[in-house]
Amino acid sequence: MKAQQLLRGELEDADLEREVEQRLLFTKFEEAQNWARKNALFPLGFGLACCAIEMITVIGSPRNDLSRFGAEVIRFSPRQADLLILSGRVSIKMAPIIRRLYEQMLEPKWVIAMGACSSTAGMFNNYAVVQGADKFLPVDVYVPGCPPRPEALIYGIMKLQDEISGDPAMGWRERYRAEGTEERPDDGVDVA
Amino acid sequence: MPDATGLELIAQRVRENVGEEAVRDTVFHRRSATLDVAPESVHDVLAYLRDEDEEPWERLMSVHGVDYLPAEPRLGVHYELLSMERTDRLNVRTRVGVDDPRVPTVVDLHPTADFQEREVYDMFGVVFEGHPDLRRILMPEDYEGFPQRRDFPIGGEPVIYTFNEPKLPRWYD
Repeated sequence: MKAQQLLRGELEDADLEREVEQRLLFTKFEEAQNWARKNALFPLGFGLACCAIEMITVIGSPRNDLSRFGAEVIRFSPRQADLLILSGRVSIKMAPIIRRLYEQMLEPKWVIAMGACSSTAGMFNNYAVVQGADKFLPVDVYVPGCPPRPEALIYGIMKLQDEISGDPAMGWRERYRAEGTEERPDDGVDVA
Repeated sequence: MPDATGLELIAQRVRENVGEEAVRDTVFHRRSATLDVAPESVHDVLAYLRDEDEEPWERLMSVHGVDYLPAEPRLGVHYELLSMERTDRLNVRTRVGVDDPRVPTVVDLHPTADFQEREVYDMFGVVFEGHPDLRRILMPEDYEGFPQRRDFPIGGEPVIYTFNEPKLPRWYD
């Protein structure tokens, strides 16, 4: 009732002041945007090896219920996804394909290296496996484990959400010194 | 598996029908019978065993590559035959040198050998002459070398433990 009156302009003075104070929240536009981004992560439906089974359990199962954190909607097109979870060992034959998938994703985009293999090649210290996915991809969060516990991956996703609510554009770019490589520079020019 | 006597009988029949030089040796070890054949007569031996032998071996279960370093000739190709009728298995193997490893293909006899010969080529560099599509199957197509050969470097990166850290100071730079 109060909201209706507020919109109609029927509230005045002290009532109006109190209503505005209770009903409205002021923030910066960017922070609201990042809040929306971090609570609507769309992972790419993409599995590499045995960790993929664990990733599916985390993202898809009601037991772990990633929708509590707003990241459960798997998108099977890289153009609609903004989170790439590297779940498993990355063979050198697969690396260019992953890189291509990553480049098809729209900015802002994030990468989680899940498990020992995609972080450092783990036990596969040999000719066939890329020694850590960060050799060809910027990685935001590394989740150790072989495979990681579901809680560990959820914690990794929450860490990523912390990063996003801070400054999403500079997440990996800061660490990899890649400032200025944004596909759509966030300088406020001609955003529409 | 055929027993040692059965293996000798098979070898005898192969020698009579394919050629005296076809069978180089017979090995009966741990109830597993192996026919060691000359590389150039692999196709003839398998064709004889599939079609003409009185105990036909109609099924090729798998093709393996082996590197016998330092023995010579270094590379080996193993064919594992199965008779569903007699529930019996026979191994046929051949040895080729590492300099010019060439073995006739058996894809026309056993179509299942297609991918398996490609894998042996990919990993060991054995060239199967007459194969319809001899390309790498597991490694990238521009990969150099044959990674399962024993003299191939294992690759990867050195891992730092406490015992080798002084030997590899800042290897990651």
